Amino acid sequence: MPVLTPVSLDDAVRLLDAHPGALVLAGGTDLMVEINEGHRPIGSGGDPTVVVAVDRIAELRTWTVDRGADTVTIGAGVTYRELLDEPLASLLPALAEASRTVGSPQIRNAGTLGGNLGTCSPAGDGLPVLSALDAVVHLVSAAGRRDVDVHDLMVGVKRTSLAPGELIESITVPLLDGWQGYSKVGVRNAMVIATASACLVTDRSSRTVRIALGSVAPTVVRCPDAEAFAAGVVDHDARTVPDDAVARFGELVAATSRPIDDHRSTAAYRRHAVEVMARRLLRRAFPGRPA
Amino acid sequence: MTAMEVYTLRVNGDDREVADAWLGESLLYVLRERLGLLAAKGACEQGECGSCSVLVDQHLVCSCLVLAASAVGREIVTVEGLAPVGVPSDVQRAFVDAGAVQCGFCTPGLVMAATDLLDRIPDPTDMQIREELAGNVCRCTGYGRLVAAVQQVAVARREAGEPA
Repeated sequence: MPVLTPVSLDDAVRLLDAHPGALVLAGGTDLMVEINEGHRPIGSGGDPTVVVAVDRIAELRTWTVDRGADTVTIGAGVTYRELLDEPLASLLPALAEASRTVGSPQIRNAGTLGGNLGTCSPAGDGLPVLSALDAVVHLVSAAGRRDVDVHDLMVGVKRTSLAPGELIESITVPLLDGWQGYSKVGVRNAMVIATASACLVTDRSSRTVRIALGSVAPTVVRCPDAEAFAAGVVDHDARTVPDDAVARFGELVAATSRPIDDHRSTAAYRRHAVEVMARRLLRRAFPGRPA
Repeated sequence: MTAMEVYTLRVNGDDREVADAWLGESLLYVLRERLGLLAAKGACEQGECGSCSVLVDQHLVCSCLVLAASAVGREIVTVEGLAPVGVPSDVQRAFVDAGAVQCGFCTPGLVMAATDLLDRIPDPTDMQIREELAGNVCRCTGYGRLVAAVQQVAVARREAGEPA
């Protein structure tokens, strides 16, 4: 049987060890498009003859909150639909906002956060959120487990640092104390790939503002200059920021983006879009002006 | 093409055998070309248009994005399984009554999506209907009549006092 459907993580790891060239199938929303278009000549000798479908592995379909560490660990097989449900949506509002912009109900019922990472498109809607939250990704293989910073997993356009036979098990993100949100520009409100996107998160206890951009570089990018600038101009307790600082923040974010011209948009428009989104997100996070 | 073993899909309550299938076949392809269930339509083959929408274990999905052989053991429901032939469901009836059907190509997918929507949100707002049906493209009716059809069912179910 060339389509294998393990029901436990141990079985999946064993199967991937036995078939290192196997295709890992999560929600199918990316992989099946490639298969339908003939870009994945599976089962035709040489190329992968084994598909390991991971959607029945209970361990991957769960999420847990660690109140001591103030973190949430999300199984790689948790769908966008589930990220929109309470209480997850209130715990991780930016991830819920991003999930709501993914495709349609049909896509959100199938697509998973782990699949978003595994595909590693620069337009993946979950990825700016994981970047802004400095997510840690837990990987498992027959050789054991390892944890990687999400930024070390995303190495290029649709390229990850996953080793053969390695599976994304779960993702840990912190529960922050402050406003967070996701913004996306596309040609319509549903069923759209991001022309440009941004996630901004704030944390009162560490006095930080973090922002990550999608679709404006080969991978999701953070904006360290803008973040350092924001830390000095916002008031986390009063939730205020001056207008001129908001404008400067937008400029610094745009300067960090490295967009290209392609069939979806131009580099100039994308740079403009992330500047506007950055300003709006910072203003939403800090709605007041200092007296 | 590599032949694979026979596998069995559970579709509309029946066990259906699929033999000599290619590993990469989508559920949409298997439903239409191997099982003769022609309601789900193939158009974009990339999850954009919704005309292939079916329920898999009670979740609305695009059957073009489901690897058929990975759906063994799942409960698959297509429009053919919603109601007996000649006895349309209330959703199907409302589509006809509200004029939400024109060429009919998108209709099976939209009926599946509307059925799923009303099961989860018995009393939807127009905005909720539009967001929930955003994955189903219709090039004829302009969506207004689709929204009306869904509202018609919601009202009728409320008036009938059914637990929707």
